Formats: sequence, structure tokens, C-alpha cells
Amino acid sequence: MDKVVNQKAWFLVLPVFLVVAFSAVLPLMTVVNYSMQDTFGNNQFFWNGVGWFKELLDPSTDLGERFFASLWRNLIFSAIILAIEIPLGIVVALSMPREGWTVAVCLVILALPLLIPWNVVGTIWQIFGRPDIGLLGYTLNHLGLHYNYVSNELDAWATVIVMDVWHWTSLVALLCYAGLKSIPDAYYQAAQIDGASRWAVFRAIQLPKMNRVLLIAVLLRFMDSFMIYTEPFVVTGGGPGNSTTFISIELVKIALGQFDLGKAAALSLVYNLIILIVCWVFYTVMTNAGAERPQKEGAV
Amino acid sequence: MGTIPGRRLIISLFLIFLLLPIYWLVNMSFKTNSEIVSTMTLWPHQPTIENYMRIFTDESWYSGYINSLKYVVINTVISISVALPAAYAFSRYRFLGDKHLFFWLLSNRMAPAAVFALPFFNLYSAIGLFDTPWAVALAHCIFNVPLAVWILEGFVSSVPREIDETAFLDGYSFPRFFVKILVPLIASGIGVAAFFCFMFSWVELLLARTLTSVDAKPISAVMTRTVSAAGMDWGLLAAAGVLTIIPGALVIWFVRNYIARGFALGRV
Repeated sequence: MDKVVNQKAWFLVLPVFLVVAFSAVLPLMTVVNYSMQDTFGNNQFFWNGVGWFKELLDPSTDLGERFFASLWRNLIFSAIILAIEIPLGIVVALSMPREGWTVAVCLVILALPLLIPWNVVGTIWQIFGRPDIGLLGYTLNHLGLHYNYVSNELDAWATVIVMDVWHWTSLVALLCYAGLKSIPDAYYQAAQIDGASRWAVFRAIQLPKMNRVLLIAVLLRFMDSFMIYTEPFVVTGGGPGNSTTFISIELVKIALGQFDLGKAAALSLVYNLIILIVCWVFYTVMTNAGAERPQKEGAV
Repeated sequence: MGTIPGRRLIISLFLIFLLLPIYWLVNMSFKTNSEIVSTMTLWPHQPTIENYMRIFTDESWYSGYINSLKYVVINTVISISVALPAAYAFSRYRFLGDKHLFFWLLSNRMAPAAVFALPFFNLYSAIGLFDTPWAVALAHCIFNVPLAVWILEGFVSSVPREIDETAFLDGYSFPRFFVKILVPLIASGIGVAAFFCFMFSWVELLLARTLTSVDAKPISAVMTRTVSAAGMDWGLLAAAGVLTIIPGALVIWFVRNYIARGFALGRV
């Protein structure tokens, strides 16, 4: 079914356009403005051209070094949590009960971590992992492991990763569950008649049906982990040293901590640009997948 | 049917993994500070509601909850009301720049809050909204409006177009069709979108903290500041944490049947 061309539809979109433009374009213009200037306080600004960008993209300067270090850290972090959360989410979705009251219970418990304010998530794991008062830290230390996320880099990373898995795997699981639910029973019956193995059912029926939601899951998880701020900030404060300082934490340090407006603005723009590019790639893949689908399977 | 071996075990283990840290927080919130620090107990041996009483009787604490709820509600109302017509437009019509606009909205959902913290601070200070719930509510629109448009577009698209056409043939004007026919048809979708706006506005801290100082300070900011000022009052911190989980748990219950579809942005 083709959509009708109607330019008047712009009137319907106008409110959204205005609201988002007010809260996105206006601030972004301020950022662009700052990124080209330098200030010595007193609201006096000096033209600095592309100076900040040059500094930012040159790893030999202090700013550039911090940028690339935090970018690299953030990419590793995103890669690790995607590698854990996507397969785990699929497994959990496949393990969901099919019917009965347990379904509702499982869904509510799964969704629970998603509804907890992010700083409380940090607080929960901060407490949970402490060697003196936290169940996890206490147990690990009594098992003979010297676990301390405040002083040990590896432990800090492990804590931040486990926390993220705890916080967001449910999202992947819920998405996959929604995909699985849309598979008609007839598919499974047909597979049974054909004598298909469990693995074959997964490969030929379940995975293709989950394709679309998995794409959304990867997109959301990548983006949100790429801009993670609150949880690691509460738990580790970006430390020990700089070992868990991700880009957003670095950015807030520069912007609100040191009030280096020019540097922060330049970093913001490059950061935003990276996100825009990744977003565009996903969007293209997603709309293409959406365009192919109705032709293959008839109207959805 | 289409299940995997050992699924009961897997799902049980995973749910325990999810609940254990939350249980620990609840457990601590009912303990006295001396019990927390001195002994390791799996349940409160001297259960106390002292921590909760302090929150409910101290205005600087409970006003934090009210402030948070204020901007969350304002934001949800704004997001849904502007997103509804837009979702209809995206679902039914083609117009100049529609795809670009949609992508631009999507990209704003993904924009890192850290980028906007400082410019928002300047913007809302300049127009005199700083430290009001409106500032936070408007700031949260940047990710909630695109999200609401996305979710609602999926739900509107599942309404057959014949219904619109029949309504117009019957002489319904566009606003009347919208309110009398479309909105009731996608009521569950609106509920889901509202739930997600509520959720993302409720869990966000960075912007909420940056845009408020005294009068509109959200609970999450009250938590971080009061606790660091008073030394580490673990029991109180835990109780405050538990109270922030409750509103979320309540709303989940109402939308439990639509959660999965909503997380898929109405696109399953």
C-alpha cells in the first residue's frame, strides 16, 4: 500500500519539529559557537577557528590523548557488552515460559531493572559490590578472591560490565521475546512434521523472525552504551585512575568540571558526529530490511 | 514448542541474578546503620522502618520525589500530545523531507545527554526556566518526543487505512476523526508510549541534575548530595533507592502485556 503524497502533513509534524528544534538545534548552535572560540573568563570570547578541533584530533596533545583514550575505552566497553548481552538476551527470550501466570511474573521482573533510575542502579551495585557491606564483594572476598572495584582496574571493569549486563540484558530479551511471540504456531508444526532439529528450528524460523528486533536491540544497546554516564560515574567515578572514564564522563569533566567550553564543545561535536554516522548506517539497514520484507511475505 | 533444553533453570537463574542486588538494597533499607556496618546478615535481624520514616517526614527528602514526578508528568503529556499527530502523518502520508525528518528525530533519541548538559544550562537560564520542572520536562523532550513518535507510528500503522477513509466518507472532520476514532483505536499504543516517556524521564539524572539547583531538585540528585554531606548513611540511601524503584514497578504492572511490543518501538 503506497502512502499518499500530501504536503499538508507538515502541519501535523510541525509541533514535533518545533519542540525538538527548540531543544536540539538551538543548544547545538551554542555548542558550534563555543567550539570556535576561546574564553579567559568574564564572558569575553575570542575567535579560535578550528584550533580546538585540531587539538582534539591530535593524539600528542593532552586533549587529544584524553579523547582517544576515552573513545577507545568506550568502544571496547560497547563491544564487550554487546557480545554478552545479545546472545544472553536471545537465550533468556527462548527460555521464557509460553503461557500461564508465570509469563506475567517473568515479564515484570525482567522489566524491573529498566525502570530503576540510573544513579540508583549505580548505587545498588556500589553497595552490592562493596567488600565490607555488599553481598557480592563479601562473598567473593571470603572465597579467597581479592575483589575490590575501588582500587583494582580489572575489578572495576568487571563490575561496570556485570552491572550493565544486569541493567540492560532484559531489554534485548524483551525485544527478542516480542519477535518470538509473532511466530505463528503453524511454523513450528510444519517444522515438527519435517522432523527439524531444535537448532534447525532456531536457524530457519526463530532467528529470521528476530532479525528486525535484534537490529533495534543492537542499535539501542550500542548507542546507550556509547553514551553511558551515570552508572559508572556513581560506582567508580571513572576510576581507578582513568580506567573507567568513558567519553561522556570525560566530556562532563571538561565541560562542567573545568568549564573549558571550547574544548568541551569541540569534543561534543565530534562525539555527536560519530553517533550520527552510526545511526545513519543502522537506519539505512533497517529501512532496507523493512522495504524488502512486505514483498517477500505479503502485506505485514 | 520452539523451546530450548533446561529453559526453566536458565530463566530461574537469570531472574535470581536480576533480583539479588535489588533484594540486597531492600534488605539494607530495613536495617539500622550499626547492623549494616558491624555484621553481615542475609536478612534484617532488627528490622526497622526508621529510614523510611526519615524520608517521609523530612521535606528536603520527600519534595525530591514530588519534583521528579512533576517533570516526568509534564514531559509525558507534552511528548504524547505533540507526537500523536506527527505519528499519524508519518504513518499515512508522504511529504517533502519526511524520511530525513524521521532520521533526524531518531538521531536525537541517540544524542548523548552529556553533549546537551551545558548548552541546556545556558538556554534555560537565559529564558528564566532554570530550576523549574519545566526546564527538565522540555529538556527530556529531546529523547522522549522522537521515541513517542516512533512507538506511536508503529501503532497507527497497524490501524487499517480503510477506517480513516470510511470515517471521512461519513463526514467526520479531521480533528473529530482523530479524537473520536483514531485515539480510542490506539489507546493501548498511547499507554505504551506514555509508559516509555515516563520511564526514560524518570531514570535520567544528568540533565535533571544540571538544570535544577534548589526548588526543583529531583530525588536522584537529593540522594547523591544529602548522602555525601551526612557521611555514609547506608540505610537511608538504600531506603531512598527502594522508593525510587516503586513507581516504576507499579507502572510496569499496568503495561505488562504490551511491554515487549513497546520495546520493539511498536514494530514487531
